[in-house]
Amino acid sequence: MGAIQNKVVGPVSEELTLVQAAKRGDDSAFEELVRRYDRNVFRIAQHITQNREDAEDVVQEAFLKAYGNLAQFQEQSKFYTWLVRIAVNEALMKLRRRKPERTVSLDEDIKTEDDSLPREIADWSPNPEQQYTQAELREILSKTIQGLPPGFRTVFVLRDVEGLSTEETAAALELSVPAVKSRLLRARLQLRERLGRYFQRRENGKSNNKTVEIKTGDVNSGDGNQ
Amino acid sequence: MKCAEFLHELTNYLDGVLDEKTKLELENHLSWCHNCYVVCDTTKKTIEIYRDSQLYELPEDLRGRLRSAIMTKCQQQKKRGPQSV
Repeated sequence: MGAIQNKVVGPVSEELTLVQAAKRGDDSAFEELVRRYDRNVFRIAQHITQNREDAEDVVQEAFLKAYGNLAQFQEQSKFYTWLVRIAVNEALMKLRRRKPERTVSLDEDIKTEDDSLPREIADWSPNPEQQYTQAELREILSKTIQGLPPGFRTVFVLRDVEGLSTEETAAALELSVPAVKSRLLRARLQLRERLGRYFQRRENGKSNNKTVEIKTGDVNSGDGNQ
Repeated sequence: MKCAEFLHELTNYLDGVLDEKTKLELENHLSWCHNCYVVCDTTKKTIEIYRDSQLYELPEDLRGRLRSAIMTKCQQQKKRGPQSV
């Protein structure tokens, strides 16, 4: 079992050339930056807001803000990371407006340490996603990630769906690297556990009940027997 | 290595950023601890399924409309001057 391979967004040197041209007032260069990153911004925005119209607004507002503040962009960092930071802030603002009863920030929803530790250890079918149609699978994935707190799903989306590095994710969210790692671990484990309901190995149409408990005490204190 | 330590390093392991010694200890743990093997394998699958899912793809027609709206607004903003962001 090896490491995960990440998606790579276009070369950085080309990005810098486009940004410099856009700063000089070349709108076609800025339009090229829009073409390059609009899909990413839309995905991130929809993952955070869970609403298509909000995601469309976020795409427009994020690019417009980037355009208006291009002169302030420091070229030491990647334009894409800077753009993602703007987009995440816009998306969180939308979410706050839609759910005013709950304060939404990246710092909230950090509860106890053991809230995402594995409880279900049952194995999955060999190609679990193939048990469902594309539409069913999208529904399952969408519903499952919606259940995660915004702070967790944002880290998961940037890191695992969009392929930003841990450092880039930390920079985009203004979090420390250890905070990103800790949220990423818990987001991954919570998603794994929730997806297990759909993807567990089945026999004769029934879920396999041979699940094993890990004592959370073992995991927390590190004094387990194994 | 204990299960708790394994879990603590799981994200670093999946991200391929562990030093060789820790990676070997972890793989040794995986070779005999079935529960951790399953957790590791299904976590990896979770990530891959989401990454390959094409969830929330931007449809081309909407993409074109959004881009032209963005560029129109950018040009309006340029005419008004930089302070009006």
